[in-house]
Amino acid sequence: MSLSEFDSYRPPEPPRRRRRNGPRRRGAGQGGGGDGSREMPMVPEPEFGSYYGRPVVKPAPWGHEVAAYLFLGGVAGGSALLALGGQLTGRGELRRNARLGSVTALGLGGAALVADLGRPERFLHMLRTFKPTSPMSMGTWILSAFGAGMGTAVAAEVDRMTGSRLPLGPLRPVLRAVEGPAGIEAAVFAGPLAAYTAALLSDTATPTWNAAREDLAFVFVSSASLASGGLAMVTTSVGQAGPARRLAVLGVAGELVATKLMERRMDPVAAEPLHHGQAGTMLAWSERLAVAGGLGTLLGGRHRGIAALSGLALLASSALTRFGVMEAGLHSAVDPRYTIEPQKARLAARRAAGITDDSITTVG
Amino acid sequence: MGQLAGPTDPTADAHWEHSHARKGFFTDTSICIGCKACEVACKEWNQNPQDGELELLESSYDNTGALGASTWRHVAFVEQDSERIEEARESGRKLVSLGMPRVGPPEARPQPAAEDTTPPDTPEFRWLMSSDVCKHCTHAGCLDVCPTGALFRTEHGTVVVQDDVCNGCGTCVAGCPFGVIERRTDGTAAPRTERDGQPGKPEVKNVGVAQKCTLCYDRMVDDQTPACAQTCPTTSIKYGEHEDMVETARHRVAEMHAQGRTEARLYGANELDGVGGTGSVFLLLDEPEVYGLPPDPRVPTADLPRMYQRAGLAAAGMLAAAALAFAGGRS
Repeated sequence: MSLSEFDSYRPPEPPRRRRRNGPRRRGAGQGGGGDGSREMPMVPEPEFGSYYGRPVVKPAPWGHEVAAYLFLGGVAGGSALLALGGQLTGRGELRRNARLGSVTALGLGGAALVADLGRPERFLHMLRTFKPTSPMSMGTWILSAFGAGMGTAVAAEVDRMTGSRLPLGPLRPVLRAVEGPAGIEAAVFAGPLAAYTAALLSDTATPTWNAAREDLAFVFVSSASLASGGLAMVTTSVGQAGPARRLAVLGVAGELVATKLMERRMDPVAAEPLHHGQAGTMLAWSERLAVAGGLGTLLGGRHRGIAALSGLALLASSALTRFGVMEAGLHSAVDPRYTIEPQKARLAARRAAGITDDSITTVG
Repeated sequence: MGQLAGPTDPTADAHWEHSHARKGFFTDTSICIGCKACEVACKEWNQNPQDGELELLESSYDNTGALGASTWRHVAFVEQDSERIEEARESGRKLVSLGMPRVGPPEARPQPAAEDTTPPDTPEFRWLMSSDVCKHCTHAGCLDVCPTGALFRTEHGTVVVQDDVCNGCGTCVAGCPFGVIERRTDGTAAPRTERDGQPGKPEVKNVGVAQKCTLCYDRMVDDQTPACAQTCPTTSIKYGEHEDMVETARHRVAEMHAQGRTEARLYGANELDGVGGTGSVFLLLDEPEVYGLPPDPRVPTADLPRMYQRAGLAAAGMLAAAALAFAGGRS
């Protein structure tokens, strides 16, 4: 369409923005849309209203550090449960290794979180308030409470490993006395530590994360279980790692079921980023590694080498799950389609159901 | 903890004892001329740094791009042909026939039936210009998810960042259903060394901290009008008590519908919507997504109790799995 004779002086049209991931924009208003609008670069395409294809919501400014934390936090939580089990059932090696694994993951994860802040030197501002509406605030408190318990337990562990060489003086008996309760306290916060990150991601306007809010927590705790089981299988002799193997297998089963359920219950458009691009690749490999690790654990878990390999596969699977979910969410925020289409669909569904009073767009 | 969703007075909900009237904007895009004076006034008053590289974005006259950490007013430009105008008119008409909440006080409203409702001559081309801004939602996603308390509800019902408290965790960026708030980078993509060498370039403040429109809180406490509203030459940006703004908006949309301009619609004036109504109300001339606004925003925290419930169940499940792992045999 030409509006004036001067249009012929316009420079040639730049190439259209590449559309990632194959088929997009099922015509919302008009069918097909054979894209005959080539000569009018200034007018947005009618079949899909968006503002020059720009994002509607902003992606979280979270880098790989936060994805790494999601993984490490899960490992820390799951390991605390294994450590408590070891503590209560007299599996000394499992207890020691799980505690050390937990505190290492926690330390690395905490450092990653701080590093990702815009103002890392202000990380203690997280503890200014106790704010239930903020999963990040609740998570900080869960992390702190968990860290206090696990730190105490590990201090006792290290003291024992070094042959009572820590300069504790008269505090040694106290430490030994609180070691058990501290392990229990950490385990109380272990589940919440692994699960709250799901609420953290879902309590955002990021389409894919928000749409996954019903089941993401189950995916995350399963992922944490299989990862911590895997870590214990790597670090601990097969004789003591029995519970770790069982936890890992339960985690794999849980994750496979929870992921399928989650995807089925999500808005189909908002679920797409889980299958496309980098995120899709990562999540597909995560599933393969989980199955491989789970089978390895079931069939050869009593062989030290196979157990260690399976454990590594499970750890990698869990990391890929977290990085994949993170990436899928960020991608869903950047492409306006994932914001606009599900919202239009749910608005239309409510209108079709006769609910017409809750639209943000009104004529009065 | 206040109310998470539904109609409420945000100031009272935030436990302000001496509640002031809620303040807000009404941006009437039908009389916006796209002069961008609001963008400039906002930048000047708030001393916001340059937002990225200077570049032409090939989107009509909009080279600002989007709202962000250093851009608190953004004028959108949309070019449309007659076909698209007709569609917008039709979709606006549909809103009426859907039985959306009725327009204004009914008695004050001109009765469209009695008048000639033929739309004025449809131009073959139109430009939509709309000055976008933070919505200052009744239920603000950014405020709800802020872990440090840096974001707070002012006595005027607006949402403001305390830049000395924010530690830049970035949760609010993802929490905003409108994509308004953003963490400030150092303001420009140019290498630091080059900028430092240039005389007269002020240092960028609040780097790494979430930033957004404050509705000129510093001016408001002195009973001044926000910079953008004060500078707007066409009164497209109106500022005042929220109730008056909604009232004005309702009258205006009724007036336009009476003139046959059924493409007019309000955005954010409904307190039953997903964010409990916005403090900044807009009159739009097409679907919201055309302007880059979400068509059905919902504050994510409205579903947070359910998310916690699911997370709690998942955590219990994990504990049960661990118990099972230890109970299941001696090996």
